[in-house]
Amino acid sequence: MKSKESSSAQDSLVNSAPVNTSGSFDEWKAKRLAPQKERKPGFQSISFRKQPALVAPEQLSDFDYRERLGYPGEFPFTRGVQPTMYRGRLWTMRQFAGFGLAEDTNRRFKYLLAHGQTGLSTAFDMPSLMGYDPDHPKSKGEVGREGVSVSTIEDMERLFEGIALDQVTVSMTINCTSTPAMAMYFAMARRRGIPFDQLGGTIQNDMLKEFIAQKEWISPPEPSVKLSCDIIQYCAEHAPKFNGISISGYHIREAGATAVQELAFTLADGLAYVDHCVKRGMPVDTFAPRLSFFFDVHNDFFEEIAKFRAARRIWAVMMRDRFGAKSEKSMMLRTHAQTAGVSLTAQQPVNNVARVALQALAAILGGGQSLHTNSMDETLSLPTEAAAKVALRTQQIIAEESGVTNTVDPLGGSYYVEKLTNDIETEALDYIRRIDEMGGMLRAVEVGYPQKEIAEAAYRFQLEVDAKEQSIVGVNCYTDDHEQDIPTLHIDIASERLQIERVKAFKQKRDVTKHEAAIERIRADCRAKVNVMPSLIDGVEVGVTLGEISDIYREVFGVYTDPGLI
Amino acid sequence: MSDESAQNAARQNTVKEPRRAAAGAPIRVLIAKPGLDGHDRGAKVVARALRDAGMEVIYTGLHQTPEMIVRSAIQEDVQCIGMSILSGAHMTLFPEVLDLLKSNDASDILLFGGGIIPKRDVEKLKELGVAQIFLPGTPTQDIITWMRTTIGQGVK
Repeated sequence: MKSKESSSAQDSLVNSAPVNTSGSFDEWKAKRLAPQKERKPGFQSISFRKQPALVAPEQLSDFDYRERLGYPGEFPFTRGVQPTMYRGRLWTMRQFAGFGLAEDTNRRFKYLLAHGQTGLSTAFDMPSLMGYDPDHPKSKGEVGREGVSVSTIEDMERLFEGIALDQVTVSMTINCTSTPAMAMYFAMARRRGIPFDQLGGTIQNDMLKEFIAQKEWISPPEPSVKLSCDIIQYCAEHAPKFNGISISGYHIREAGATAVQELAFTLADGLAYVDHCVKRGMPVDTFAPRLSFFFDVHNDFFEEIAKFRAARRIWAVMMRDRFGAKSEKSMMLRTHAQTAGVSLTAQQPVNNVARVALQALAAILGGGQSLHTNSMDETLSLPTEAAAKVALRTQQIIAEESGVTNTVDPLGGSYYVEKLTNDIETEALDYIRRIDEMGGMLRAVEVGYPQKEIAEAAYRFQLEVDAKEQSIVGVNCYTDDHEQDIPTLHIDIASERLQIERVKAFKQKRDVTKHEAAIERIRADCRAKVNVMPSLIDGVEVGVTLGEISDIYREVFGVYTDPGLI
Repeated sequence: MSDESAQNAARQNTVKEPRRAAAGAPIRVLIAKPGLDGHDRGAKVVARALRDAGMEVIYTGLHQTPEMIVRSAIQEDVQCIGMSILSGAHMTLFPEVLDLLKSNDASDILLFGGGIIPKRDVEKLKELGVAQIFLPGTPTQDIITWMRTTIGQGVK
């Protein structure tokens, strides 16, 4: 814009301005872009989205700042859920950890905290996640392999020995057995004299995404959702600082979904939980503030950032308009993020450090509240201490050295980022509408709709990788004939034997009468369809195990089996 | 004969020639998910790629025990089993399937697989009798080519 009072310096600048500038985007495209040769016939994201050469102001001509973006900390929270974001407080550095026996993981927790991690995140083993005690035949070979073995309240206590539960927030990634795990956590707090309202943390507890993607289940979808909502309700009433659910897109994405599918299915899951809780008689503002989310942060840098921003905007509008939320806290989408495990390569694993750094940066520019960065060796095994430390340092380098934390939503106003946010929002809303028309996400899951979409996307991606239409460094380009071996973590089989002995000894020494009464009470509460949490908390106190609770669920709610569709 | 050499002789008698698809007939393969691991993206993508390549693919679905897998493989009369394990339980589950194939006189069914398996374990599994392990990043065509070469032409 020229001002009337131009200085002579500005005059000479104006006089020497280039003559042939394009007056419009169309003009530029025709005159400047079209004659140029590009490296490829087309450019697309890993979500198959065609990426434009440029986004011009015309494409955002009706963009209303206040309606579409708002200021940070204000509806619709596109620019962030807090006014100061990382100027006020950095995201929580929360590395997912767990393996072997409870004391092994306790040591790793303390190691990570000592190196500057600011929150804990617990990975459980497959038997714990699927509802089997270590001494169950199905647990053979699996105890402590993919996470920590937790079967009893004593395991839970060993896991958090020497850790101040009222000072550190703890996340637990556990789903169909979230109710026994949560119960053990509360019972442990009770034993330590910590009031439940002092406990901060998150339990994943999102069963809908299990049927869609992660595939950890005991019973069919309907009773599983009921149990998830039992925790949401119990936390709303007794542990108001604890996020009773982490509505997750990570697993949906890892299973092969596109960015839009990840966003749409996650938010649709969220709508289903809110709907269930409201139908249960819970006023929305009493529980919605403690619904939290968990998204993947994958390779396509700007697509991921736009996804986070679109997520916040969609959720805020849904909560206000669909559910009549009045509290701002009910409308804020707070999210944990994890860098995409599926993007890591077994080939040239040190390269994964670079991938994770870029992905982590996207999560921060996307405005996440909490972050886990993967370790370079995770395509081979669970992380070694050294690799986990590099992953943590990656976050710290972004926090301390990159400067991106010093201004809130620095990418806000970028033509590309705002257009991408709009487009992703539109496409996600389209999916959500389709799911609404099916009768909601529970129904959509029962007919296999999201599962099928994901399988298609996963297969398409593999075909494109095989055809080198999607490049993966070290895998289909820049390959190395001589691979360098890196150290990997090894879980000793002795851990399994020891844990089996422990559980057997635990079962021997408990009070049989009290135990049997507790089992009866849990079974009765399950049948009566009341909130199971009180009976579980008291039950684990007298020695009811995670496996035993799961067996009651099998008996009362039924057993779900994989439909086994390709 | 000593006990050990008697055992060795017995083991030799149970080692069979791998099954091969008849000329012109498609390869029949069971894709299996053993144990508690629910990560099925790889198994499903491979199953579909093999099917698109003209093979007859039976997918077991999740949470199969080694017994269920071997029973299905025998019932379905497959030439090979492909197992996918991402949970770290591979050193228990692969050997169990091998043992069950042997004890069911079906060790001519080839066992291969993939997943999250450290290289030193890949070596050990091959020593135990697993025919091939395909790690993350393997192009699907590599699996198809290996199967066609090892088990015979399975082109539609």
